[in-house]
Amino acid sequence: MDKETVSKIANLANIELDDSKVNEVVNNLEKILKLVDEMNSVDTSNLNPMSHPLNLKQELRDDIVLEPNQRELFQENSPNSHDGYYIVPKIID
Amino acid sequence: MDIEYESVIGLEVHVQLKTKSKIFSQASTNFGANPNTQACAVDLGLPGVLPVLNKEAVRMAITFGLAVGARIENNSIFARKNYFYPDLPKGYQISQYEIPIVSGGSLDINANGELKKIRITRAHLEEDAGKSIHDLYENESAIDLNRAGTPLIEIVSEPDMRSSKEAVEYLKKIHNLVRYLDICDGNMQEGSFRCDANVSLRAKGSNELGIRTEIKNLNSFKFVEQAINFEISRQTQVLSKGNNVVQETRLYDPNKNQTRSMRSKEEANDYRYFPDPDLLPVEITKETITKIMENMPELPDKRKTRFMDEYGLEEYDVDILISEKSLSNYFEKVVKKVTCDVKFVANWMITELLALSNKHSILPANIPVSPSDFSCLINAISDKRISSKQAKTILEKMWKSGKSPDEIIDEEGFSQISDEGQINKLVDNVLKNHYKSVEEYKNGKDKLFGFFVGEIIKESKGKANPQIVTQILKEKLKDDN
Repeated sequence: MDKETVSKIANLANIELDDSKVNEVVNNLEKILKLVDEMNSVDTSNLNPMSHPLNLKQELRDDIVLEPNQRELFQENSPNSHDGYYIVPKIID
Repeated sequence: MDIEYESVIGLEVHVQLKTKSKIFSQASTNFGANPNTQACAVDLGLPGVLPVLNKEAVRMAITFGLAVGARIENNSIFARKNYFYPDLPKGYQISQYEIPIVSGGSLDINANGELKKIRITRAHLEEDAGKSIHDLYENESAIDLNRAGTPLIEIVSEPDMRSSKEAVEYLKKIHNLVRYLDICDGNMQEGSFRCDANVSLRAKGSNELGIRTEIKNLNSFKFVEQAINFEISRQTQVLSKGNNVVQETRLYDPNKNQTRSMRSKEEANDYRYFPDPDLLPVEITKETITKIMENMPELPDKRKTRFMDEYGLEEYDVDILISEKSLSNYFEKVVKKVTCDVKFVANWMITELLALSNKHSILPANIPVSPSDFSCLINAISDKRISSKQAKTILEKMWKSGKSPDEIIDEEGFSQISDEGQINKLVDNVLKNHYKSVEEYKNGKDKLFGFFVGEIIKESKGKANPQIVTQILKEKLKDDN
Protein backbone atom coordinates (compact mmCIF):
# COMPACT_ATOMS: atom_id res chain seq x y z
CA MET A 1 0.00 0.00 0.00
CA ASP A 2 1.45 3.34 -1.03
CA LYS A 3 0.32 6.95 -1.22
CA GLU A 4 -0.51 6.74 -4.86
CA THR A 5 -2.83 3.74 -4.39
CA VAL A 6 -4.58 5.42 -1.48
CA SER A 7 -5.14 8.58 -3.50
CA LYS A 8 -6.50 6.54 -6.40
CA ILE A 9 -8.93 4.64 -4.15
CA ALA A 10 -10.05 7.87 -2.49
CA ASN A 11 -10.66 9.37 -5.91
CA LEU A 12 -12.67 6.33 -7.10
CA ALA A 13 -14.73 6.43 -3.90
CA ASN A 14 -15.33 10.17 -4.26
CA ILE A 15 -13.70 10.82 -0.88
CA GLU A 16 -11.77 14.02 -0.36
CA LEU A 17 -8.49 13.14 1.31
CA ASP A 18 -6.25 15.85 2.69
CA ASP A 19 -2.59 15.36 1.74
CA SER A 20 -1.60 15.57 5.42
CA LYS A 21 -3.88 12.61 6.17
CA VAL A 22 -2.58 10.30 3.44
CA ASN A 23 0.22 8.79 5.52
CA GLU A 24 -2.14 7.98 8.36
CA VAL A 25 -4.55 6.26 5.99
CA VAL A 26 -1.70 4.29 4.39
CA ASN A 27 -0.71 3.03 7.84
CA ASN A 28 -4.28 2.09 8.77
CA LEU A 29 -4.83 0.23 5.53
CA GLU A 30 -1.51 -1.57 5.95
CA LYS A 31 -2.74 -2.86 9.31
CA ILE A 32 -5.99 -4.07 7.80
CA LEU A 33 -4.17 -5.80 4.95
CA LYS A 34 -1.92 -7.52 7.48
CA LEU A 35 -4.99 -8.82 9.23
CA VAL A 36 -6.31 -10.08 5.92
CA ASP A 37 -2.97 -11.80 5.27
CA GLU A 38 -3.22 -13.45 8.63
CA MET A 39 -6.70 -14.73 7.79
CA ASN A 40 -5.43 -15.93 4.42
CA SER A 41 -2.91 -18.13 6.19
CA VAL A 42 -5.74 -20.34 7.48
CA ASP A 43 -6.23 -23.43 5.34
CA THR A 44 -9.74 -23.14 3.86
CA SER A 45 -9.20 -25.46 0.92
CA ASN A 46 -11.94 -27.85 2.07
CA LEU A 47 -14.51 -25.10 2.76
CA ASN A 48 -17.01 -23.52 0.41
CA PRO A 49 -16.61 -19.75 0.18
CA MET A 50 -19.49 -17.76 1.69
CA SER A 51 -20.87 -14.72 -0.06
CA HIS A 52 -22.84 -13.72 3.03
CA PRO A 53 -22.19 -14.24 6.76
CA LEU A 54 -25.67 -15.64 7.36
CA ASN A 55 -26.33 -19.11 6.15
CA LEU A 56 -29.68 -18.14 4.65
CA LYS A 57 -31.20 -18.04 1.18
CA GLN A 58 -32.71 -15.01 -0.54
CA GLU A 59 -36.46 -14.68 -0.16
CA LEU A 60 -38.19 -13.79 -3.42
CA ARG A 61 -41.22 -11.52 -3.70
CA ASP A 62 -44.13 -11.73 -6.13
CA ASP A 63 -44.15 -9.38 -9.09
CA ILE A 64 -46.75 -6.88 -7.85
CA VAL A 65 -46.76 -3.08 -8.09
CA LEU A 66 -47.54 -1.58 -4.69
CA GLU A 67 -45.52 1.63 -4.53
CA PRO A 68 -47.57 4.82 -4.78
CA ASN A 69 -46.17 7.93 -6.39
CA GLN A 70 -44.45 9.95 -3.65
CA ARG A 71 -42.41 12.19 -5.86
CA GLU A 72 -43.33 15.45 -4.12
CA LEU A 73 -42.31 14.01 -0.76
CA PHE A 74 -38.98 12.70 -2.06
CA GLN A 75 -38.17 15.89 -3.91
CA GLU A 76 -38.51 17.91 -0.71
CA ASN A 77 -35.17 16.31 0.18
CA SER A 78 -33.58 17.23 -3.11
CA PRO A 79 -31.48 20.40 -3.30
CA ASN A 80 -32.78 21.09 -6.79
CA SER A 81 -35.73 19.75 -8.72
CA HIS A 82 -37.81 21.14 -11.55
CA ASP A 83 -40.75 19.88 -13.65
CA GLY A 84 -40.51 16.61 -11.74
CA TYR A 85 -36.84 16.11 -12.62
CA TYR A 86 -33.92 16.02 -10.22
CA ILE A 87 -31.55 18.72 -11.39
CA VAL A 88 -27.78 18.25 -11.31
CA PRO A 89 -24.80 20.18 -12.69
CA LYS A 90 -24.39 19.62 -16.42
CA ILE A 91 -22.74 16.30 -17.19
CA ILE A 92 -21.51 15.58 -20.70
CA ASP A 93 -19.66 12.51 -21.93
CA MET B 1 4.09 -4.79 -45.78
CA ASP B 2 0.35 -5.15 -46.09
CA ILE B 3 -1.28 -7.27 -43.42
CA GLU B 4 -4.74 -8.66 -43.90
CA TYR B 5 -6.79 -8.11 -40.76
CA GLU B 6 -9.65 -10.10 -39.35
CA SER B 7 -12.22 -8.43 -37.13
CA VAL B 8 -13.21 -10.06 -33.85
CA ILE B 9 -16.52 -9.01 -32.32
CA GLY B 10 -18.31 -9.83 -29.07
CA LEU B 11 -21.60 -8.34 -27.93
CA GLU B 12 -23.08 -7.44 -24.56
CA VAL B 13 -26.83 -7.35 -24.99
CA HIS B 14 -29.01 -5.59 -22.42
CA VAL B 15 -32.50 -7.02 -22.28
CA GLN B 16 -35.13 -5.30 -20.13
CA LEU B 17 -37.32 -7.93 -18.57
CA LYS B 18 -41.09 -7.57 -18.94
CA THR B 19 -41.93 -7.64 -15.24
CA LYS B 20 -44.64 -5.37 -13.83
CA SER B 21 -42.54 -4.20 -10.90
CA LYS B 22 -38.83 -3.47 -10.56
CA ILE B 23 -36.17 -6.02 -9.76
CA PHE B 24 -35.70 -4.94 -6.13
CA SER B 25 -38.72 -2.72 -5.41
CA GLN B 26 -42.48 -2.66 -5.89
CA ALA B 27 -42.48 0.41 -8.13
CA SER B 28 -43.93 0.09 -11.63
CA THR B 29 -41.75 -0.45 -14.70
CA ASN B 30 -44.24 1.09 -17.16
CA PHE B 31 -42.60 3.12 -19.90
CA GLY B 32 -43.50 6.75 -20.48
CA ALA B 33 -44.75 7.81 -17.03
CA ASN B 34 -44.14 11.36 -15.82
CA PRO B 35 -40.56 11.79 -14.57
CA ASN B 36 -39.78 10.28 -11.18
CA THR B 37 -43.35 9.18 -10.46
CA GLN B 38 -42.22 5.54 -10.50
CA ALA B 39 -39.04 5.93 -8.47
CA CYS B 40 -39.56 4.81 -4.87
CA ALA B 41 -37.30 4.96 -1.82
CA VAL B 42 -35.49 1.74 -2.83
CA ASP B 43 -34.87 3.01 -6.37
CA LEU B 44 -33.61 6.31 -4.99
CA GLY B 45 -31.23 4.56 -2.61
CA LEU B 46 -32.57 6.36 0.47
CA PRO B 47 -31.01 5.32 3.78
CA GLY B 48 -32.50 2.31 5.52
CA VAL B 49 -34.09 0.60 2.53
CA LEU B 50 -33.50 -3.01 1.57
CA PRO B 51 -33.75 -4.59 -1.87
CA VAL B 52 -36.08 -7.61 -2.18
CA LEU B 53 -35.63 -9.71 -5.30
CA ASN B 54 -38.49 -10.10 -7.79
CA LYS B 55 -39.35 -13.78 -8.37
CA GLU B 56 -40.54 -13.13 -11.91
CA ALA B 57 -37.22 -11.54 -12.93
CA VAL B 58 -35.43 -14.67 -11.73
CA ARG B 59 -37.86 -16.89 -13.64
CA MET B 60 -37.31 -14.90 -16.85
CA ALA B 61 -33.52 -15.08 -16.54
CA ILE B 62 -33.73 -18.85 -16.05
CA THR B 63 -36.09 -19.13 -19.03
CA PHE B 64 -33.51 -17.42 -21.23
CA GLY B 65 -30.73 -19.64 -19.91
CA LEU B 66 -32.65 -22.82 -20.61
CA ALA B 67 -33.55 -21.62 -24.11
CA VAL B 68 -29.88 -21.27 -25.06
CA GLY B 69 -28.82 -24.51 -23.40
CA ALA B 70 -26.90 -22.78 -20.61
CA ARG B 71 -26.13 -23.87 -17.08
CA ILE B 72 -28.35 -22.41 -14.34
CA GLU B 73 -26.42 -21.77 -11.13
CA ASN B 74 -28.19 -23.15 -8.09
CA ASN B 75 -26.57 -20.55 -5.82
CA SER B 76 -26.17 -17.34 -7.71
CA ILE B 77 -25.02 -14.14 -5.97
CA PHE B 78 -25.44 -10.40 -6.44
CA ALA B 79 -22.58 -7.92 -6.37
CA ARG B 80 -22.19 -4.17 -6.23
CA LYS B 81 -20.63 -2.48 -9.22
CA ASN B 82 -19.35 0.82 -7.88
CA TYR B 83 -19.24 4.02 -9.90
CA PHE B 84 -20.54 7.57 -9.61
CA TYR B 85 -23.03 8.99 -12.04
CA PRO B 86 -26.11 11.12 -11.30
CA ASP B 87 -28.54 8.58 -12.76
CA LEU B 88 -27.25 5.95 -10.33
CA PRO B 89 -28.39 7.28 -6.94
CA LYS B 90 -26.84 4.59 -4.71
CA GLY B 91 -23.35 5.03 -6.14
CA TYR B 92 -23.43 1.38 -7.17
CA GLN B 93 -25.43 -0.79 -9.49
CA ILE B 94 -26.64 -4.12 -8.16
CA SER B 95 -25.37 -6.62 -10.70
CA GLN B 96 -23.74 -10.04 -10.71
CA TYR B 97 -20.03 -10.70 -10.99
CA GLU B 98 -18.94 -14.05 -9.65
CA ILE B 99 -21.54 -16.78 -10.16
CA PRO B 100 -24.04 -15.16 -12.55
CA ILE B 101 -27.41 -16.89 -12.78
CA VAL B 102 -26.77 -18.16 -16.34
CA SER B 103 -23.47 -19.35 -17.76
CA GLY B 104 -22.54 -21.00 -21.03
CA GLY B 105 -24.96 -21.86 -23.82
CA SER B 106 -24.95 -20.84 -27.45
CA LEU B 107 -27.01 -19.71 -30.41
CA ASP B 108 -26.71 -20.74 -34.05
CA ILE B 109 -26.72 -17.93 -36.58
CA ASN B 110 -26.84 -17.94 -40.35
CA ALA B 111 -23.43 -16.78 -41.59
CA ASN B 112 -23.33 -16.65 -45.40
CA GLY B 113 -25.75 -19.54 -45.71
CA GLU B 114 -24.01 -21.73 -43.15
CA LEU B 115 -24.90 -22.31 -39.53
CA LYS B 116 -22.38 -20.83 -37.16
CA LYS B 117 -22.37 -21.33 -33.40
CA ILE B 118 -21.96 -18.22 -31.28
CA ARG B 119 -21.06 -19.10 -27.70
CA ILE B 120 -22.62 -17.25 -24.82
CA THR B 121 -20.27 -16.60 -21.91
CA ARG B 122 -22.87 -15.67 -19.35
CA ALA B 123 -26.12 -13.85 -18.70
CA HIS B 124 -26.52 -12.02 -15.42
CA LEU B 125 -29.34 -10.20 -13.67
CA GLU B 126 -28.92 -6.53 -12.85
CA GLU B 127 -30.82 -3.30 -12.35
CA ASP B 128 -31.04 -0.61 -15.00
CA ALA B 129 -29.88 2.95 -14.21
CA GLY B 130 -32.03 6.07 -14.53
CA LYS B 131 -31.95 8.47 -17.45
CA SER B 132 -29.97 11.67 -17.77
CA ILE B 133 -31.36 14.31 -20.07
CA HIS B 134 -28.74 16.82 -21.14
CA ASP B 135 -30.57 18.97 -23.66
CA LEU B 136 -33.53 20.07 -21.53
CA TYR B 137 -31.79 22.88 -19.64
CA GLU B 138 -28.88 24.99 -20.71
CA ASN B 139 -26.52 24.65 -17.77
CA GLU B 140 -27.91 21.66 -15.94
CA SER B 141 -28.78 18.03 -16.56
CA ALA B 142 -32.19 16.60 -15.67
CA ILE B 143 -32.48 13.19 -14.03
CA ASP B 144 -35.45 10.85 -14.38
CA LEU B 145 -35.16 7.79 -12.15
CA ASN B 146 -38.26 5.95 -13.38
CA ARG B 147 -36.02 3.48 -15.22
CA ALA B 148 -33.73 2.97 -12.21
CA GLY B 149 -34.25 -0.56 -10.92
CA THR B 150 -35.87 -1.98 -14.04
CA PRO B 151 -34.71 -5.60 -14.30
CA LEU B 152 -32.21 -6.44 -17.04
CA ILE B 153 -30.35 -9.46 -18.14
CA GLU B 154 -27.00 -8.68 -19.70
CA ILE B 155 -26.10 -11.40 -22.18
CA VAL B 156 -22.36 -11.55 -22.86
CA SER B 157 -21.13 -13.44 -25.92
CA GLU B 158 -17.72 -14.88 -26.63
CA PRO B 159 -15.79 -12.96 -29.32
CA ASP B 160 -17.08 -15.38 -31.96
CA MET B 161 -18.32 -12.97 -34.62
CA ARG B 162 -16.15 -11.92 -37.54
CA SER B 163 -18.17 -9.19 -39.24
CA SER B 164 -20.79 -6.57 -38.51
CA LYS B 165 -23.22 -8.74 -40.46
CA GLU B 166 -22.68 -11.69 -38.15
CA ALA B 167 -23.07 -9.41 -35.13
CA VAL B 168 -26.42 -8.16 -36.45
CA GLU B 169 -27.54 -11.74 -37.21
CA TYR B 170 -26.73 -12.75 -33.64
CA LEU B 171 -28.46 -9.69 -32.21
CA LYS B 172 -31.59 -10.32 -34.29
CA LYS B 173 -31.57 -13.92 -33.15
CA ILE B 174 -31.57 -12.88 -29.48
CA HIS B 175 -34.14 -10.18 -30.17
CA ASN B 176 -36.48 -12.73 -31.71
CA LEU B 177 -35.81 -15.29 -28.99
CA VAL B 178 -36.60 -13.02 -26.03
CA ARG B 179 -39.90 -12.08 -27.62
CA TYR B 180 -40.82 -15.72 -28.25
CA LEU B 181 -39.98 -16.37 -24.61
CA ASP B 182 -42.17 -13.39 -23.71
CA ILE B 183 -39.52 -12.00 -21.36
CA CYS B 184 -38.89 -8.68 -23.18
CA ASP B 185 -41.01 -6.45 -25.42
CA GLY B 186 -37.99 -5.91 -27.69
CA ASN B 187 -38.77 -2.23 -28.18
CA MET B 188 -35.42 -0.79 -29.22
CA GLN B 189 -36.63 2.79 -29.52
CA GLU B 190 -37.72 2.75 -25.90
CA GLY B 191 -34.42 1.15 -24.90
CA SER B 192 -35.86 -2.21 -23.87
CA PHE B 193 -33.24 -3.93 -26.00
CA ARG B 194 -29.78 -2.41 -26.59
CA CYS B 195 -26.21 -3.53 -26.86
CA ASP B 196 -22.53 -2.71 -26.49
CA ALA B 197 -20.08 -4.05 -29.06
CA ASN B 198 -16.50 -5.09 -28.36
CA VAL B 199 -14.40 -4.81 -31.50
CA SER B 200 -10.78 -5.70 -32.14
CA LEU B 201 -8.59 -6.64 -35.09
CA ARG B 202 -5.90 -9.23 -35.52
CA ALA B 203 -3.76 -10.52 -38.36
CA LYS B 204 -5.76 -13.06 -40.30
CA GLY B 205 -4.91 -16.57 -39.11
CA SER B 206 -3.67 -15.43 -35.70
CA ASN B 207 -5.21 -16.94 -32.58
CA GLU B 208 -4.38 -14.08 -30.28
CA LEU B 209 -6.87 -11.34 -29.59
CA GLY B 210 -5.97 -7.76 -30.44
CA ILE B 211 -6.65 -4.74 -28.26
CA ARG B 212 -10.35 -4.01 -28.23
CA THR B 213 -12.58 -0.99 -27.94
CA GLU B 214 -16.08 -1.06 -26.53
CA ILE B 215 -18.83 0.84 -28.33
CA LYS B 216 -21.62 1.77 -25.93
CA ASN B 217 -25.39 1.89 -26.10
CA LEU B 218 -26.31 0.88 -29.62
CA ASN B 219 -30.08 0.84 -29.92
CA SER B 220 -30.84 -0.17 -33.49
CA PHE B 221 -29.67 -2.97 -35.78
CA LYS B 222 -28.57 -0.38 -38.31
CA PHE B 223 -26.45 1.51 -35.77
CA VAL B 224 -24.82 -1.73 -34.62
CA GLU B 225 -23.80 -2.50 -38.18
CA GLN B 226 -22.61 1.02 -38.96
CA ALA B 227 -20.76 1.50 -35.68
CA ILE B 228 -18.88 -1.79 -36.03
CA ASN B 229 -18.00 -1.06 -39.65
CA PHE B 230 -16.73 2.38 -38.71
CA GLU B 231 -14.68 0.95 -35.85
CA ILE B 232 -13.18 -1.77 -38.08
CA SER B 233 -11.99 0.78 -40.62
CA ARG B 234 -10.75 3.16 -37.91
CA GLN B 235 -8.71 0.41 -36.24
CA THR B 236 -7.41 -0.81 -39.61
CA GLN B 237 -6.06 2.69 -40.25
CA VAL B 238 -4.47 2.91 -36.79
CA LEU B 239 -2.76 -0.48 -37.20
CA SER B 240 -1.69 0.13 -40.80
CA LYS B 241 0.21 3.22 -39.66
CA GLY B 242 2.08 1.04 -37.19
CA ASN B 243 0.26 2.46 -34.16
CA ASN B 244 -1.55 0.60 -31.39
CA VAL B 245 -5.29 0.65 -30.77
CA VAL B 246 -6.06 2.22 -27.39
CA GLN B 247 -8.30 0.13 -25.17
CA GLU B 248 -11.20 2.46 -24.42
CA THR B 249 -14.92 3.03 -24.37
CA ARG B 250 -16.31 4.76 -27.44
CA LEU B 251 -19.65 6.30 -28.26
CA TYR B 252 -21.35 5.97 -31.64
CA ASP B 253 -22.75 9.16 -33.13
CA PRO B 254 -25.37 8.15 -35.73
CA ASN B 255 -25.56 11.68 -37.18
CA LYS B 256 -21.89 11.70 -38.08
CA ASN B 257 -21.67 7.90 -38.51
CA GLN B 258 -18.52 7.69 -36.43
CA THR B 259 -17.38 6.62 -32.98
CA ARG B 260 -15.56 8.87 -30.55
CA SER B 261 -13.67 8.29 -27.34
CA MET B 262 -15.60 8.67 -24.05
CA ARG B 263 -12.67 9.84 -21.95
CA SER B 264 -14.83 10.32 -18.88
CA LYS B 265 -15.36 6.57 -18.63
CA GLU B 266 -11.67 5.69 -18.42
CA GLU B 267 -11.03 6.67 -14.82
CA ALA B 268 -14.17 4.96 -13.64
CA ASN B 269 -13.49 1.60 -15.25
CA ASP B 270 -12.32 0.16 -11.93
CA TYR B 271 -15.66 -0.95 -10.54
CA ARG B 272 -14.45 -2.61 -7.30
CA TYR B 273 -17.11 -5.34 -7.35
CA PHE B 274 -17.94 -7.04 -4.07
CA PRO B 275 -20.86 -9.26 -2.96
CA ASP B 276 -23.86 -7.15 -1.97
CA PRO B 277 -24.39 -7.65 1.77
CA ASP B 278 -28.07 -6.66 1.38
CA LEU B 279 -28.82 -9.71 -0.73
CA LEU B 280 -28.44 -13.37 0.11
CA PRO B 281 -27.48 -16.10 -2.36
CA VAL B 282 -30.38 -17.01 -4.65
CA GLU B 283 -31.18 -20.68 -4.43
CA ILE B 284 -32.64 -22.21 -7.57
CA THR B 285 -33.92 -25.72 -7.06
CA LYS B 286 -34.18 -28.50 -9.61
CA GLU B 287 -37.98 -28.37 -9.19
CA THR B 288 -38.02 -24.69 -10.20
CA ILE B 289 -35.96 -25.44 -13.28
CA THR B 290 -38.12 -28.41 -14.24
CA LYS B 291 -41.26 -26.34 -13.90
CA ILE B 292 -39.88 -23.57 -16.10
CA MET B 293 -38.71 -26.15 -18.64
CA GLU B 294 -42.21 -27.64 -18.78
CA ASN B 295 -43.75 -24.24 -19.52
CA MET B 296 -41.20 -23.32 -22.17
CA PRO B 297 -42.94 -22.01 -25.33
CA GLU B 298 -41.98 -23.30 -28.76
CA LEU B 299 -38.68 -21.64 -29.71
CA PRO B 300 -38.18 -19.91 -33.09
CA ASP B 301 -35.68 -22.47 -34.44
CA LYS B 302 -38.03 -25.31 -33.63
CA ARG B 303 -41.00 -23.49 -35.09
CA LYS B 304 -39.01 -22.86 -38.25
CA THR B 305 -38.26 -26.56 -38.72
CA ARG B 306 -41.86 -27.45 -37.98
CA PHE B 307 -43.23 -24.91 -40.51
CA MET B 308 -40.93 -26.32 -43.18
CA ASP B 309 -41.79 -29.96 -42.40
CA GLU B 310 -45.46 -29.62 -41.58
CA TYR B 311 -46.46 -27.10 -44.25
CA GLY B 312 -43.79 -27.78 -46.87
CA LEU B 313 -42.87 -24.09 -47.07
CA GLU B 314 -39.59 -22.70 -48.41
CA GLU B 315 -36.97 -21.57 -45.90
CA TYR B 316 -37.08 -18.02 -47.23
CA ASP B 317 -40.82 -17.71 -46.57
CA VAL B 318 -40.59 -19.40 -43.18
CA ASP B 319 -37.83 -17.04 -42.09
CA ILE B 320 -40.17 -14.12 -42.74
CA LEU B 321 -43.13 -15.74 -41.01
CA ILE B 322 -41.20 -16.66 -37.86
CA SER B 323 -39.35 -13.34 -37.68
CA GLU B 324 -42.15 -12.13 -35.41
CA LYS B 325 -43.88 -14.41 -32.94
CA SER B 326 -47.21 -12.66 -33.50
CA LEU B 327 -46.89 -13.15 -37.25
CA SER B 328 -46.25 -16.88 -36.99
CA ASN B 329 -49.17 -17.22 -34.54
CA TYR B 330 -51.36 -15.31 -37.00
CA PHE B 331 -50.30 -17.59 -39.83
CA GLU B 332 -51.21 -20.72 -37.89
CA LYS B 333 -54.63 -19.34 -36.99
CA VAL B 334 -55.33 -18.60 -40.66
CA VAL B 335 -54.06 -21.98 -41.83
CA LYS B 336 -56.52 -23.77 -39.56
CA LYS B 337 -59.46 -22.05 -41.25
CA VAL B 338 -58.63 -22.24 -44.93
CA THR B 339 -59.37 -24.91 -47.47
CA CYS B 340 -56.62 -24.02 -49.94
CA ASP B 341 -52.90 -24.73 -50.23
CA VAL B 342 -50.87 -23.43 -47.27
CA LYS B 343 -48.29 -21.98 -49.63
CA PHE B 344 -51.02 -19.72 -51.00
CA VAL B 345 -51.71 -18.41 -47.48
CA ALA B 346 -48.01 -17.78 -46.88
CA ASN B 347 -47.74 -15.85 -50.15
CA TRP B 348 -50.72 -13.70 -49.35
CA MET B 349 -49.48 -12.93 -45.87
CA ILE B 350 -46.00 -12.04 -47.04
CA THR B 351 -46.79 -10.11 -50.21
CA GLU B 352 -50.08 -8.46 -49.27
CA LEU B 353 -50.63 -8.36 -45.52
CA LEU B 354 -47.03 -7.51 -44.62
CA ALA B 355 -46.87 -4.98 -47.45
CA LEU B 356 -49.84 -3.21 -45.89
CA SER B 357 -48.32 -3.29 -42.42
CA ASN B 358 -45.12 -1.78 -43.85
CA LYS B 359 -47.07 0.84 -45.76
CA HIS B 360 -48.97 1.89 -42.64
CA SER B 361 -45.94 1.41 -40.33
CA ILE B 362 -47.92 -1.02 -38.19
CA LEU B 363 -46.11 -3.77 -36.30
CA PRO B 364 -47.28 -7.27 -37.24
CA ALA B 365 -48.60 -7.64 -33.67
CA ASN B 366 -51.04 -4.78 -34.34
CA ILE B 367 -52.43 -5.79 -37.75
CA PRO B 368 -56.06 -4.63 -37.62
CA VAL B 369 -57.37 -7.48 -39.80
CA SER B 370 -58.25 -10.50 -37.67
CA PRO B 371 -56.87 -13.92 -38.67
CA SER B 372 -60.44 -15.14 -39.06
CA ASP B 373 -61.41 -12.32 -41.47
CA PHE B 374 -58.18 -12.83 -43.37
CA SER B 375 -58.91 -16.55 -43.76
CA CYS B 376 -62.41 -15.72 -45.11
CA LEU B 377 -60.76 -13.52 -47.71
CA ILE B 378 -58.35 -16.31 -48.68
CA ASN B 379 -61.27 -18.73 -48.98
CA ALA B 380 -63.18 -16.30 -51.18
CA ILE B 381 -60.21 -16.20 -53.55
CA SER B 382 -59.68 -19.94 -53.61
CA ASP B 383 -63.42 -20.53 -54.15
CA LYS B 384 -63.17 -18.14 -57.10
CA ARG B 385 -65.86 -15.88 -55.67
CA ILE B 386 -63.48 -12.97 -56.11
CA SER B 387 -60.38 -12.41 -58.19
CA SER B 388 -56.96 -11.82 -56.69
CA LYS B 389 -57.09 -8.28 -57.94
CA GLN B 390 -60.41 -7.67 -56.21
CA ALA B 391 -59.09 -9.34 -53.07
CA LYS B 392 -56.29 -6.81 -52.84
CA THR B 393 -58.77 -3.94 -52.94
CA ILE B 394 -61.01 -5.69 -50.43
CA LEU B 395 -58.06 -6.31 -48.08
CA GLU B 396 -57.23 -2.61 -48.10
CA LYS B 397 -60.85 -1.81 -47.26
CA MET B 398 -60.81 -4.42 -44.48
CA TRP B 399 -57.65 -2.84 -43.10
CA LYS B 400 -59.22 0.63 -43.01
CA SER B 401 -62.78 -0.18 -41.94
CA GLY B 402 -62.39 -3.29 -39.81
CA LYS B 403 -65.26 -4.87 -41.76
CA SER B 404 -65.35 -8.53 -42.71
CA PRO B 405 -64.62 -9.45 -46.34
CA ASP B 406 -68.19 -10.73 -46.83
CA GLU B 407 -69.64 -7.40 -45.72
CA ILE B 408 -67.44 -5.56 -48.19
CA ILE B 409 -68.18 -7.99 -51.02
CA ASP B 410 -71.93 -7.56 -50.44
CA GLU B 411 -71.90 -3.82 -49.93
CA GLU B 412 -69.71 -2.91 -52.85
CA GLY B 413 -70.83 -5.51 -55.33
CA PHE B 414 -67.47 -7.21 -55.53
CA SER B 415 -67.78 -10.67 -56.82
CA GLN B 416 -66.31 -12.47 -59.69
CA ILE B 417 -68.12 -13.39 -62.85
CA SER B 418 -67.46 -17.06 -63.43
CA ASP B 419 -70.62 -17.75 -65.42
CA GLU B 420 -69.51 -19.03 -68.83
CA GLY B 421 -72.54 -17.67 -70.64
CA GLN B 422 -71.87 -14.16 -69.36
CA ILE B 423 -68.20 -14.36 -70.16
CA ASN B 424 -68.98 -15.72 -73.66
CA LYS B 425 -70.91 -12.56 -74.36
CA LEU B 426 -68.10 -10.35 -73.08
CA VAL B 427 -65.57 -12.15 -75.24
CA ASP B 428 -67.75 -11.90 -78.34
CA ASN B 429 -68.24 -8.18 -77.80
CA VAL B 430 -64.57 -7.45 -77.40
CA LEU B 431 -63.53 -9.55 -80.41
CA LYS B 432 -66.16 -7.82 -82.51
CA ASN B 433 -64.98 -4.35 -81.48
CA HIS B 434 -61.38 -5.25 -82.21
CA TYR B 435 -61.82 -7.23 -85.42
CA LYS B 436 -58.69 -5.65 -86.92
CA SER B 437 -56.58 -6.89 -84.05
CA VAL B 438 -58.16 -10.31 -84.41
CA GLU B 439 -56.92 -10.35 -88.01
CA GLU B 440 -53.43 -9.38 -86.90
CA TYR B 441 -53.50 -12.08 -84.23
CA LYS B 442 -54.41 -14.69 -86.78
CA ASN B 443 -51.53 -13.49 -88.93
CA GLY B 444 -49.17 -14.41 -86.13
CA LYS B 445 -49.11 -11.47 -83.73
CA ASP B 446 -49.41 -13.72 -80.65
CA LYS B 447 -48.75 -10.92 -78.21
CA LEU B 448 -52.27 -9.57 -78.79
CA PHE B 449 -53.72 -12.39 -76.71
CA GLY B 450 -52.88 -10.51 -73.52
CA PHE B 451 -54.44 -7.38 -74.98
CA PHE B 452 -57.74 -9.22 -75.55
CA VAL B 453 -57.75 -10.60 -72.01
CA GLY B 454 -57.14 -7.11 -70.66
CA GLU B 455 -59.97 -5.62 -72.72
CA ILE B 456 -62.40 -8.32 -71.63
CA ILE B 457 -61.57 -7.83 -67.96
CA LYS B 458 -61.94 -4.08 -68.43
CA GLU B 459 -65.31 -4.59 -70.10
CA SER B 460 -66.42 -6.64 -67.07
CA LYS B 461 -65.24 -3.86 -64.74
CA GLY B 462 -62.63 -6.19 -63.33
CA LYS B 463 -65.10 -8.87 -62.34
CA ALA B 464 -64.54 -11.55 -64.95
CA ASN B 465 -62.60 -14.58 -63.77
CA PRO B 466 -59.36 -14.34 -65.77
CA GLN B 467 -58.87 -18.09 -65.97
CA ILE B 468 -62.26 -18.67 -67.53
CA VAL B 469 -61.75 -15.68 -69.82
CA THR B 470 -58.47 -17.16 -71.03
CA GLN B 471 -60.03 -20.53 -71.58
CA ILE B 472 -63.00 -19.22 -73.59
CA LEU B 473 -60.86 -16.78 -75.51
CA LYS B 474 -58.48 -19.53 -76.58
CA GLU B 475 -61.35 -21.65 -77.87
CA LYS B 476 -62.95 -18.76 -79.71
CA LEU B 477 -59.78 -17.72 -81.47
CA LYS B 478 -59.16 -21.33 -82.42
CA ASP B 479 -62.77 -21.83 -83.60
CA ASP B 480 -62.56 -18.89 -85.92
CA ASN B 481 -59.59 -20.41 -87.67
